[in-house]
Amino acid sequence: MTAAVTVLALLLTALPAFRLSAQVDRTKPPALPPPPALRLPAVQTTTLPNGLTLAVVEMHKVPVVDVQLLVDAGAARDPSTAPGLATFTATMLQQGAGARSALDVADEAAFLGAQLGTAATFDGASASIHVPRRRLEAALDLFADVVLRPSFADSEIARQRELRAAQLVQQRDEPVAVASIAFPAIVYGRGHPYGHPLNGTDSATARLARDGVAEFYGTYYRPNGARLLIVGDVTLADARRLAAARFGGWERRDVPAFPSPPTPPRAAARTVYLIDKPGAAQSVVRIGHVGPVRTTPDWFALEVLNTIVGGAFTSRLNQNLRETHGYTYGAFSQFAPRRLNGAFVALASVVTAKTDSSLVEFLKELRRIRDEAVPPPELAKAKAYLTLGLPGDFETTGGAAARFRELLAFGLPLDYYDRYVDRINAITGADVQRVAREYIDPDHFDIVVVGDKSQIEAGIKALNEGPIVYRDLWGQEIR
Amino acid sequence: MMARIATATAVVFGLLCARPPVPLSAQSLRVPYQTFTLPNGLQVIVHEDHSVPVVAVNTWYHVGSSDEKPGRTGFAHLFEHIMFMGSQHVQTGEFDRLLEAAGADNNGSTSEDRTNYYEDGPANALPLMLYLDADRMGFLLPEMTAEKVDLQRGVVQNERRQSYENRPYGLAEENILERLYPASHPYHWPVIGSMADLQAASLEDVRQFFQKYYTPNNATLAIAGDITARDARQLVERYFGDIPRGPAVTRTPPPPVPVAGVVGAVLEDRVQLPRVYDAWHTVKAFSADDATLDVLANVLAGGRSSRLYRRLVYELQIATDVVAFQDGGRIDGKFEVYATARPGHDLGELQRVIDEELRKLADQAPTPREVERAQNTVEAQFLSRMERVGGFGGKADQLNFYNYFVGTPDYFQKDLERYARVTPAAVQRAVQTYLTGGHRVVLSVVPQGKPELAVKEGVTP
Repeated sequence: MTAAVTVLALLLTALPAFRLSAQVDRTKPPALPPPPALRLPAVQTTTLPNGLTLAVVEMHKVPVVDVQLLVDAGAARDPSTAPGLATFTATMLQQGAGARSALDVADEAAFLGAQLGTAATFDGASASIHVPRRRLEAALDLFADVVLRPSFADSEIARQRELRAAQLVQQRDEPVAVASIAFPAIVYGRGHPYGHPLNGTDSATARLARDGVAEFYGTYYRPNGARLLIVGDVTLADARRLAAARFGGWERRDVPAFPSPPTPPRAAARTVYLIDKPGAAQSVVRIGHVGPVRTTPDWFALEVLNTIVGGAFTSRLNQNLRETHGYTYGAFSQFAPRRLNGAFVALASVVTAKTDSSLVEFLKELRRIRDEAVPPPELAKAKAYLTLGLPGDFETTGGAAARFRELLAFGLPLDYYDRYVDRINAITGADVQRVAREYIDPDHFDIVVVGDKSQIEAGIKALNEGPIVYRDLWGQEIR
Repeated sequence: MMARIATATAVVFGLLCARPPVPLSAQSLRVPYQTFTLPNGLQVIVHEDHSVPVVAVNTWYHVGSSDEKPGRTGFAHLFEHIMFMGSQHVQTGEFDRLLEAAGADNNGSTSEDRTNYYEDGPANALPLMLYLDADRMGFLLPEMTAEKVDLQRGVVQNERRQSYENRPYGLAEENILERLYPASHPYHWPVIGSMADLQAASLEDVRQFFQKYYTPNNATLAIAGDITARDARQLVERYFGDIPRGPAVTRTPPPPVPVAGVVGAVLEDRVQLPRVYDAWHTVKAFSADDATLDVLANVLAGGRSSRLYRRLVYELQIATDVVAFQDGGRIDGKFEVYATARPGHDLGELQRVIDEELRKLADQAPTPREVERAQNTVEAQFLSRMERVGGFGGKADQLNFYNYFVGTPDYFQKDLERYARVTPAAVQRAVQTYLTGGHRVVLSVVPQGKPELAVKEGVTP
C-alpha cells in the first residue's frame, strides 16, 4: 500500500462509522436469521370440454405474461424412417399459419414485442410466447394461428428443409453438439425412441415433405393430452376466457400411446468411444448410461445425490476437475428428467493434454460416491442449496413457468413444490449411497470423447479402463 | 463479456429497451432506490422489492480489460477468477461452499469497462453475502499465493479453449478488434486475452492490480430485494466501513481511432461454412446515436422479418444466419454484421447483398413500422428484465450499470425514452454517417485451405 493511502486510512479512523464497524468479528461467518417462509405462487387448473388442461399462475408484479403449450408430439414419436420429423414439424408451425405468411408471423411477433418459440424435445413439443400484458390478446391470436392453423406450404417446407441441411453441416464443426448427438446414440442405440438425432440426419432431412409433416401434426397435435400454462399478470377468469375463445374449437382425437420400449441394457462392460476431431484444443467428455424415469420415487434422493456429485459449483466433479486440477472451465453431471428412462451423464470439456488425467478423476469421483458415505456437512449443504434456493426459481414468470411446466409435462402433482422441502430434507446419507449404487454404475459406463485422436488415444489406452471403439460424428460405427 | 461460470448464451446482441408510441399503460418504469457513500468512498445503492423473499448483492469494480497493461491482456478477467479463491478470513473454497449452504448462487463477469460480482439467494443470507464480499475487498492479499494464481490461470486458459479456440469462428472477434482499433487503444484486445499473456501473469501483478483498482472508492455496491434500506445500510457499514480507501484511479483519454479505408482480412478456421464479419467504428454507449444504431441493428437483422434475414436466408437462401448489433462501450463503440454462407456459396455473394441493403437504407429511410417494431421488441425485453432483482442484467446489476455509465442509478425510464425518440430519418442518417465509407474491417473466416471463398479486396458499400 502506498504511503498516501495509509495516511488517508488513518484519517478515516476518526469517523464514527469506523468505530462502529471496528467491532465486526471477521473470524467466522455471521450466523444468519432463519430463512424466509416459502411463499409459492398458486397454480389453478381447469379443463376445457375438448380435454385441454389449462393451468394458470397469477403473478402481478410486472405487466408481462408467459404462455406455454405442451403437446404430446415429441421426437420419441419420430418414425424410424424420419428422424427429426418432430422438431421439423415444430419449426414449421411458424412458417405460415392462418392467413399469415411465414414473414407475417415473424413480423407480427416482433411488432407485438412477443418472444414466440416452437420446439420439440424427445418427450414433447411446445409452443411458447412471452409478451407484455397489454398485447396479450393479439399475441394469443397469433399463437393460436401458429398452433392450430399452420399452413405447411410446400415452398416453406422446401425452404426450411434446405436451411436444416445447411445447419447439419454447421453442427459438425461444434464438438459439444457432436457429443450431444453421439452420447444418446451410443447409450440407447438407434432402435430406441431416444437414440436418434433430435434434428435428424442428412438423408432424412432430404426426404422431408409436406405429407409427412401434415400427418405427424394431424396425429399428435391434439387438445386431449395437451396442457396450456399461462403465468403472469392475468387473472384465472381472464385466462380461461381468452384460452376458451381460441382453443375451445381445437378438435380432439385419440393420440397413439407414448412408446414404451424395453429399457435398454447398460453396456456389457465399460467402453471408451472415441470420435476424432483433429486439432481440437479440448476433448469433450460425456460419461454415463441409461438412468431412471423422472417419476421415480427416488427422484428426491437423486436430486441430492446429483447436487453432491455434479449439480452445483461446489459439487465434487467441479471442485476436483476445475478447482483442484484446472483441467476444465467446468465439470457437471445430470440425471436427465424424461418420461422413459433418462440418462445419467457426467460431462466436461477438458484440455487435450489432460484428457486421460481427467478421465481418471471422473472415474475416481463416480466410484467414490458409491463406496464412501457422504460426510454430513456435505449432505446438509446439498439439501440447503436445493431447498433454500427454491423461492428464487419462482421470481420471474419464465422461471415459475419452467417449474410448473415440469410438473405438467411429467404428470406430477401440482402441489409438488409445497412438499418439496420436506421431501428433500428427509433424505439421509444412507439414501444417497443407496441411489448412488443403484443409479451410477461405473463398470458399465459408456465414455464418449470427442477430441484429437492423435493426441489423446495413447493416454486413454494406458488407463486400462476399457476397450477403445472408434465412432463417427453421429456416434455410429465407422464403415 | 466473460463470466466466471458458464451461463446460457447471454443475449448481448440486440437492443436494450424502447418506448412504444402509446405509453406503457401510463406506467413508467421506476426502480426506487436510496444511495449513500461510506467515508472510504464505497457508494451503495439499495432498492427494496418485497415481492419474493430473495436478495441480490451486486458489486461493480470500475476496472476492465481496457485498463490492462501491454503484455498482460486478459488479466482483469483472470483477476476476477482469483477473487473467488479465498481471502484472509475465508479459506479457499469456502466462498462458494458457504453461499451454497445458505441456498445462494454467485458469479462474476468481466467486460472491457468493468468487473461485476453477484450473490443471489434467500433474503436472510444478506449478512453472509456482505461478509464475504467485504473480506475479499479488504483482505484478499494476506492469503494470496502463486498456487492460487496458477490454478485459476489453468481454469481461464480452459475457458479460452472452450469458448474461443475450440468453438467455430471463436477467434473472429480478436481478429476484428486488432484491426478496428490501433494498438494503443484500450479496446484493441479481447477481454479473454492471449494465452501467452495469461501465462505471464504473476503474483506481483495480482498485488498491484488489487491495490490500484480493488478499492472501496473504485467500487459500487447495489443491494436489491426483500430487505429494508435501514438493515442493508447497517450491515454494509459493519462489514465495509473499516476497509481503507485506495488511491484515486486516473485514466488517460484513449487515442483517436483512425478513419481509413476498408481493411480486409482472411482467417482460416476448422469450419465447414465460411462466415463474413463487417465491423465499423461507431459511438460509445449513451451517446447521441447509440440507441439509433441499436434500432438499425434490429431493422437489419432482428428476427426473421428483418431486412438481411429476409434477403440472405429467406429469399436468396445463400446464408444460414445473419446477426447485427451495436456494441457501445464506455469509451468507444462498434457496429457489426456477420453472416454464414450455405454450402456452395462464397462470402462475396453475401457481402454484395449486405452492401446493397445498407445502400438502400442510406438512400431511403426504413418504414415507420420497422422502427416501431424494433421499439416494441426492446420495450418488451426491458419489461421482462424488471422481473428479476439478481443475476447479470437484473435490477441490481442494472442500477450499477446506469450509475457507472450515466451517473443515475434509476435511469430505466430515461433509457427507454432514448429509443422512443428514434425516427426513421435518424436511422437513415446513422447508416450514412457510420456504415458507408470510412473505416471498415471485413473479416472472412473460411475453411482451412479455401481462401478463395473469402470476400475479395475492394468492396465498398
